[in-house]
Amino acid sequence: MIADETPLHRSLGLQDDEYARIVATLGREPNRAELAMYSVMWSEHCSYKSSKIHLKTLPTEGPAVLVGPGQDAGAVDVGDGIAVVFKMESHSHPSAIEPYQGAATGVGGIVRDIISMGARPVALLDPLMFGPLTEERNRWLFEGVVAGIGGYGNCIGVPTVGGEIRFAEPHSTNPCVNVMCVGVAKTDELVTATSLTPHVGSLMVLYGAATGRDGIGGVSVLASATLDEGGEASRPSVQIGDPFAEKLLIEASLELISAGLLEGLQDLGGAGVTCAVSESAARAGMGARVDLDAVPLREPGMEAFEILTSESQERMLAIVHPSRLAEVQAVCERWGLRTAVIAELTEGGDLHISLGGDVVAQLPARSLADDGPEYDRPQRAPGHAQTEDPTFIPFEGDLGEAVLALLAAPNVADKRWAFEQYDRIVQGNTVEGPGSDAAIVRVDGTLKGLALSADGKGRYGRLDPYLGAMHAVAEAARNVAVSGARPLAVTNCLNFGDPERPEVMWQFTESIRGMRDACEVLGTPVTGGNVSFYNESGDSAIDPTPVIGMLGVLDDHRLRVPSAFPRGGLAIYLLGETFAELGGSEFAETILAVGGGRPPALDLERERTLLALLVEAAGSTLLTSAHDCGDGGLAVALAECAIGGGHGLAVTMSGDLPAHIALFSESASRVVASVDPADEGSLVALAAAHGVTCERLGETGGPRVVIEGLFDLQVSELRGAWSGAIPLLLGEAV
Amino acid sequence: MSGRAPRVGVVTFPGSLDDRDAQRAVTLMGGDAVALWHADHDLQGVDAVVLPGGFSYGDYLRAGAIAARAPIMGEVVTFAGRGGPVLGICNGFQILCEAGLLPGALIRNASLRFICRDIWLRVETTQSVVTRGLAPGETLEIPMKHGEGQWVATSEQLARVEGEGLVAFRYASRGGLVDDSTNPNGATNNIAGVRSEAGNVVGLMPHPEHAVDPDVGPTGGQALLASLLEAALEGAHA
Repeated sequence: MIADETPLHRSLGLQDDEYARIVATLGREPNRAELAMYSVMWSEHCSYKSSKIHLKTLPTEGPAVLVGPGQDAGAVDVGDGIAVVFKMESHSHPSAIEPYQGAATGVGGIVRDIISMGARPVALLDPLMFGPLTEERNRWLFEGVVAGIGGYGNCIGVPTVGGEIRFAEPHSTNPCVNVMCVGVAKTDELVTATSLTPHVGSLMVLYGAATGRDGIGGVSVLASATLDEGGEASRPSVQIGDPFAEKLLIEASLELISAGLLEGLQDLGGAGVTCAVSESAARAGMGARVDLDAVPLREPGMEAFEILTSESQERMLAIVHPSRLAEVQAVCERWGLRTAVIAELTEGGDLHISLGGDVVAQLPARSLADDGPEYDRPQRAPGHAQTEDPTFIPFEGDLGEAVLALLAAPNVADKRWAFEQYDRIVQGNTVEGPGSDAAIVRVDGTLKGLALSADGKGRYGRLDPYLGAMHAVAEAARNVAVSGARPLAVTNCLNFGDPERPEVMWQFTESIRGMRDACEVLGTPVTGGNVSFYNESGDSAIDPTPVIGMLGVLDDHRLRVPSAFPRGGLAIYLLGETFAELGGSEFAETILAVGGGRPPALDLERERTLLALLVEAAGSTLLTSAHDCGDGGLAVALAECAIGGGHGLAVTMSGDLPAHIALFSESASRVVASVDPADEGSLVALAAAHGVTCERLGETGGPRVVIEGLFDLQVSELRGAWSGAIPLLLGEAV
Repeated sequence: MSGRAPRVGVVTFPGSLDDRDAQRAVTLMGGDAVALWHADHDLQGVDAVVLPGGFSYGDYLRAGAIAARAPIMGEVVTFAGRGGPVLGICNGFQILCEAGLLPGALIRNASLRFICRDIWLRVETTQSVVTRGLAPGETLEIPMKHGEGQWVATSEQLARVEGEGLVAFRYASRGGLVDDSTNPNGATNNIAGVRSEAGNVVGLMPHPEHAVDPDVGPTGGQALLASLLEAALEGAHA
């Protein structure tokens, strides 16, 4: 509800100084439609006004990078004339209000980003964060989001191959839904800012769904402010998805591009027609004459500002030379899609927008697309209360029971309940689907494998946002490298609270610094990403959670290394060193119920050498399995290797750390690997050559997981705890 | 087989998703895949037809209901009437039921959720174009992925389907056990696929086209597609 006394610009989410800037740009007061256009384009979601100056400090260049940040998605060269396009986005606020449609349209939006680069979407990953499943509302959100991802993704023929699911109290009021999409194109068919040249007089053709009153102000009202009590009132700002139309858009768009019929292509997402038209014109260095009467509408009587800012889904905007218009219309018609010529590119930089014969807006395209405000918001490190470090709390409990409890902890437990609702195999190239360290997707018609992982751990970020961000990068890279793939480049989704609070801004800049340092040392440039602020309500903000989407490449997917022990009789090695580090660990949270301390240290140089070792070992087929030591430490990693392959193990722990620390410390840069006894010498030598500590733990085999003197459990018992936990929390029989 | 590769048409409806996958599987098994278009009235002289998986027209009405009335389906019905081999996979099975070429109907899974997993099928008959070379009781590992795959029928239909041996496949364990624990979607009598009386039309919910390439999954679909190609070739000679 808009209170009478509130000036219109404020109710649209614009600050007073931003309004003054608009008046200065136009040399007059903006009218309602113009104000609406500025409000969406200058929203946090579209303009990155609070984050831009910090994002500029990230490393974005590398030999493989074809397209860096700033376009719809980043692109890297994976060799043999093949480009991989990838990007991650959030759809958290819509999902908090309407989980099914919020998540579904999140999938739709990121897929259109990939299409608009001229790439065929080949994989989706969905990192999700919810509050504890012990609460009914969280179960409703979890079930709705998973169903929405499946309902949309399964219907467009793009496999969902991964994405971790995590649970933490701050997400009760602020669930986070991140969606990553990966596409493949021929390098010379990639649509980039420079690959196509629009001409004056070329046409803007809107194709796909009609425009309705749904999603108006989605980016400004919903995505760029905190959700407070009564957030249900913003439900009309949530869009409704039509995956069938999206599938047709994918096929028609790719056909238009490969036939060489386009001079430009842009998806319509946040800020709708306003964003697509202004960005296309600004990119071309031109203006445009826009006729809103030509926009196909779902209902009569829509006002100019509604048509301009509607976020109706499944629409694309093509720039077409008039000589190719008939061919473009024919392709769209064959796919049953409606087309409408809504604008013409003009000289000069202004947009002239008319409706019903009246000019309803006249403003420079650039002022919307490129000249938005930029803030260096104040930051303040929060005064940390001295918290108890769990590393120094003695533990007298039963270690076997602790392992079972950790396997049943929702962050660790089997997510099959969710993953089974996703079509992971369509397109026929899924070598490894959800649930493994990295998903592996074959590049169609080749032996290349794309290794994909998306990781972020809010728990570490809360204790130290700099270290937390470094861990997110390192873990994502490690997940890719354990499969044998070379980590190549990064996209991200940065999930934070209210940037207008100095403490949140400090968390954000610390996270950027951590990401920057880690990406520099590990040689994985950032090709793009998304910032999701305002994930807080009342006094509850989420932990700073940068989610890192890592792309790695295997030259031959058949050389991939599995996570689990493939058979008995193998030697088990721990690569990397264990230190006394329980701060922020799953053990501290689940068993000790202590949330303080410091996250594990991270030596990036050590991480880099470990990654190099893993890639080289996989290339020479030395490893029979390799699995990251993550949540729950070495004990959980060993148990997962046993559960996955159905082969037990016998291990003897050495060293002088207390048993529970040796088992559950989450020291970074560690991997559990198995190797054929004949290859042990080679592995030890290779590890020494890379300077990676390498310790023989024991052997695989048998029906039991035996850690000499510490615990002895059946693999079936471990599997029961791990696989039964989520269904149990959802009140379902296993 | 003779020197010529059998030509297998794969129909693309708007919203078909596994059409390219079916074409690839046909090619991998040595057939010649021919892309057919829903709006055409022409089967291009193919020796067999595959209706692939997906969500034709979004399946916002009953799954397969609109596709069953697409222009090309008239040709498919005629082709099937002449004894031509027709295989419907997942959405294709739903379309064949809606078109009246196969008995029964597919409704939402008992769990009301989409399920994607590798399952085992028990072969129930050799009297079909996809099971000719197989032994009854044999089991095959094949992935399934659907939200509306619970096969149901009227009691008369069910009596006929069971009585006349029209059940092609049942959901089973690896060892061939058929019971509630091996029934993923609540299908009546664990029925995963059925055949026409003449055996030339077969529909099943699981995806044999996703079970031919060992690099990306199980291989239980190889035998079914090999059988289809053989039948296609024979039909072409007839």
